[in-house]
Amino acid sequence: MEKLPGKQMVVEALKREGVDVVFGFPGGAIIDVYDAMEKDGNIKHVLVRHEQGAAHAADGYARATGKVGVCIATSGPGATNTVTGIATAYMDSIPIVVFTGQVPTSLIGNDAFQEVDIVGITRPCTKHNYLVKDVKKLPRILKEAFYIARSGRPGPVLIDLPKDVQNQVAEFDYPDKIKLRSYNPVVEPHTRQIERAFKLIEKSKQPIIYVGGGVIISNAHKELRKLAESIYAPVTMTLMGLGAFPGTHEQSLGMLGMHGTYCANMTMANTDLIIAVGARFDDRVTGKIEAFAPNAKIIHIDIDPTSIQKNVKVDVPIVGDCKRALKKLVKVIEEDGRPKEVWQERFQPWWDQIRAWAKRHPLTYKKEPGVIKPQYVIEKLYELTKGKAIITTEVGQNQMWTAQFYKFDEPRTLLTSGGLGTMGYGFPAAIGAQMAFPDKLVVDVAGDGSIQMNIQEMATAMEQRLPVKIVILNNQFLGMVRQWQELFYDRRYAATEFTVTPDFVKLAEAYGAKGFRATKPEEVEETLKKGLEAEGLTIMEFAIAREEGVFPMVPAGKATTEMLLV
Amino acid sequence: MKHTLSVLVENEPGALSRITGLFSGRGFNIESLCVAPTMDHTMSHLTLVTTGDEFIIEQIIKQLNRLIDVYKVVDISEGEFVEREMALIKVKAEDETRAEVLRMCDIFRCKVVDVSPKTYTIEVTGPKSKLKAVIELLRPIGIKEITRTGTIAMQREKKSL
Ligand SMILES: Cc1cc2nc3c(=O)[nH]c(=O)nc-3n(C[C@H](O)[C@H](O)[C@H](O)COP(=O)(O)OP(=O)(O)OC[C@H]3O[C@@H](n4cnc5c(N)ncnc54)[C@H](O)[C@@H]3O)c2cc1C
Ligand SMILES: Cc1ncc(C[n+]2csc(CCOP(=O)(O)OP(=O)(O)O)c2C)c(N)n1
Ligand SMILES: [Mg+2]
Repeated sequence: MEKLPGKQMVVEALKREGVDVVFGFPGGAIIDVYDAMEKDGNIKHVLVRHEQGAAHAADGYARATGKVGVCIATSGPGATNTVTGIATAYMDSIPIVVFTGQVPTSLIGNDAFQEVDIVGITRPCTKHNYLVKDVKKLPRILKEAFYIARSGRPGPVLIDLPKDVQNQVAEFDYPDKIKLRSYNPVVEPHTRQIERAFKLIEKSKQPIIYVGGGVIISNAHKELRKLAESIYAPVTMTLMGLGAFPGTHEQSLGMLGMHGTYCANMTMANTDLIIAVGARFDDRVTGKIEAFAPNAKIIHIDIDPTSIQKNVKVDVPIVGDCKRALKKLVKVIEEDGRPKEVWQERFQPWWDQIRAWAKRHPLTYKKEPGVIKPQYVIEKLYELTKGKAIITTEVGQNQMWTAQFYKFDEPRTLLTSGGLGTMGYGFPAAIGAQMAFPDKLVVDVAGDGSIQMNIQEMATAMEQRLPVKIVILNNQFLGMVRQWQELFYDRRYAATEFTVTPDFVKLAEAYGAKGFRATKPEEVEETLKKGLEAEGLTIMEFAIAREEGVFPMVPAGKATTEMLLV
Repeated sequence: MKHTLSVLVENEPGALSRITGLFSGRGFNIESLCVAPTMDHTMSHLTLVTTGDEFIIEQIIKQLNRLIDVYKVVDISEGEFVEREMALIKVKAEDETRAEVLRMCDIFRCKVVDVSPKTYTIEVTGPKSKLKAVIELLRPIGIKEITRTGTIAMQREKKSL
C-alpha cells in the first residue's frame, strides 16, 4: 500500500472523485495542501477574491453539473468566510465539499493564531463535517465526505484539516465503495405506496403536480414529463423546481407561492389531489398553512423523511428517489392502460377552470413610456438568449422577475439561492457554472444591492477569462425590502435607498471588463445585444423604474388566494 | 406528551453536540438526557426524554435519524418499558432528624452512602415517581443538595406464553 502525507491524500482523493476544478483562497494553515496541488498539477484551481465567493462558485458548479463542487479555505477568517456559502448550499440541498485548514492538533483549543472551531460553527449548516485528528482516518473520511455530499438528500460536507495532519504520513487506502452502517438513505420507493398513490390519482378530478428542486437534483425531469403528459395533469413548480418541467409547456402553470402566478396559486388552492415531487412545502409556497389547499389529499415523494409531514399532513408518503418513484408510477399508469384521452376528458372541466384563471390574471406588468420596466428587460433577455442561457440570480426583486418572466425549459438552467436567499450568490455561482461550461452563455441577473456583495469576484472572472454576463437591474434600492416597506410600513423607506452607487460601467472598465448602460426602454435591446455579444466579462446596467413592485404577491402570513395583483 | 427515546449513536467526537444542537436549533425540548457506553465500544447509548405532540415527536425521530452518526432511534414509550433514575440527596441530619431520615431510607429502600455529623447522603433509585416522593418527604427535613442522573430506560421483553 502506498504511503502518503495527508496533503497528498487530499489531492489523490480529488482526482479519484473526478474533481477537475476547485475554488479557493490560501493561507498558512492550508498552504501545504496548496503545495501538494501545485506539485501534482492535475487539478485546476480558481483563485477567488473572498472565500464566500469560493463556496458559492463551488455551489454554482454543482448546480450546473450535478457533480460535487469543491472549495478550499484557510483556518480562522478563511473558514468563517465560507459559512454563508455553506449555509446557502445546505438550504438548497447542494453537494459541495469544503476543505478548511486548521491549526496543528496540539494547539487546538488554545485560542491559537487564526483558530476557530469551524466544525462547531458549521454543524447546523452542513450535512456532516469532520475534524481530522488522525491521518490514518483521512482516506476514509475523504471517501465518506464525497459519498455523503452527493447521496440521499445532497448537502455540504466540511473537512477541517489541522496543519500537522496535512503533513503526517499514512497508508492511502482509498476505498472504491463505502458503506456506512448509520447512514442508509432510502432510494427505492415502496411499490405498495406507489399503488396507493395511483388509487388516489384515479379518484381525483382536480389534481396538480407540484414540482420542487428534488426533481432537478435527481435528474428526473424526463420521468416527470412522462407522468404529467400521460395523465394530462397541470404542473406547477417552486422557485427551485423551475426548469424541471418546461416553462413553455402547455401544461405548465408557472411558479407558485408568494410571487407565483395567480393561476398556479388558485389551482393549488382548489385542487383535490397534490402530487408533490421533491418539494418541501416551504412557507413561501403554502402561505398561511391552515388555508393551504384545504380540500386536497396529498401524495408526497421525497428522499428525506423529514420533509414529509413536516408542514402538512400527507396521505401517501413515498420515501425514495423521485426518479425511481416517478418511473414506477408511470409504469403503473401504463399498465393500467387508460389512454391519455380518457384522462384528458376526465380533467377537462378542471382544465377549463384553470384556463379561466390563467386568462383572468396572466403574469403582466404596466408599461410606462420613457422608463425601463425590469420585466421587459427579462423578456428581452429571454428572447435574445432563446431561453438557452444558464441564468443565475442574486436575491430580491431581480430574482423574482427572472423567475416569472424567463421561461426555463431545461433543468439546471436557473441557479438561485432559494432557501437562504443569499444576496451575493449569483455572480460567484455564475463563475462556477461558467467554469463547468466554458462554451455556454452564463448570465447573472443582479440587483444593484446584491451585486455589490461579491463584486470583487470580477477580478476572478477576468483572471480566468470567463465571459460571464451580468445584467444589473438598478433601482437604487434594496428593492424587495422597499416593496415591503411600501406595502406594509407606510412607505417608510428605512435604510433601503442607496444615495451612492458606483458607476457600474466604469467599474467594469476598472476590472478590464466591458460595461454598457441603458436608461431608456428603446436602449434595452441594443444594450443587451452589445453586452451579450461582446467578448469576455460584461456588465449591462439598466436604470429601471425605481419603485416597481413584484406581483402577484401573497403578503406574508396570508392565504395564497389573497394575492395582491398588478 | 412525554416520550422516552432510546438512541444508538456512533461513538464519534461531536456526535453528542450534533444531537443537542439539533434540539436547540429546531426548538425541540429535552427534559433529560443520559449518555453512556454500550457493550460495543464503537457505539454510545442515549436515553432522551422529550415532550411534544405526535407531529413533533415524529419530526424529532426523523431528524435524529437524519444525523449521519445516529444508528437507531426507538420511541420506547410506545410500548411497555421500565425506566429508572438515581438521585444522590444530601439531607440535614441532626439530633432528632437523624433517626427519621434513616427510617425513611428504610421504607423507600434508599441507601446511605455518606455520613457526616450534620448530614446523610442517600442514594435513591427508581422510577421518577419514587424519586419525587422521596424528595417531597425529605424536603421539610432540609435538603442541602441533590444530583440526579436523568432517566435511563429499556423496553420490556414480550411476555409471550
Ligand atoms: C425573495 C425570495 C422569494 C421567494 N419566493 C418564492 C415563491 O414565490 N415561490 C416559491 O416556490 N419559492 C420562493 N422562494 C424560494 C423558497 O424560499 C424555497 O427555497 C423554495 O420554495 C423551496 O423549494 P422546494 O420546495 O422545491 O425545495 P428544495 O429546497 O429544492 O428541496 C428539495 C426537496 O427535494 C428533496 N429531494 C432532494 N433530492 C431528492 C431526490 N433525489 N429524490 C426525491 N426528493 C429529493 C429534498 O429532500 C427536499 O425536500 C423565494 C425565495 C426568495 C429568496
Ligand atoms: C445577505 C443578505 N442580506 C440581506 C438580505 C435581505 N434582502 C432580501 S432582498 C434585499 C434587497 C436586494 O436588493 P437588490 O440586490 O438591489 O435587489 P432588488 O430587490 O432591488 O432587485 C435584501 C436586503 C438578504 N436576502 N441577503
Ligand atoms: Mg435594487
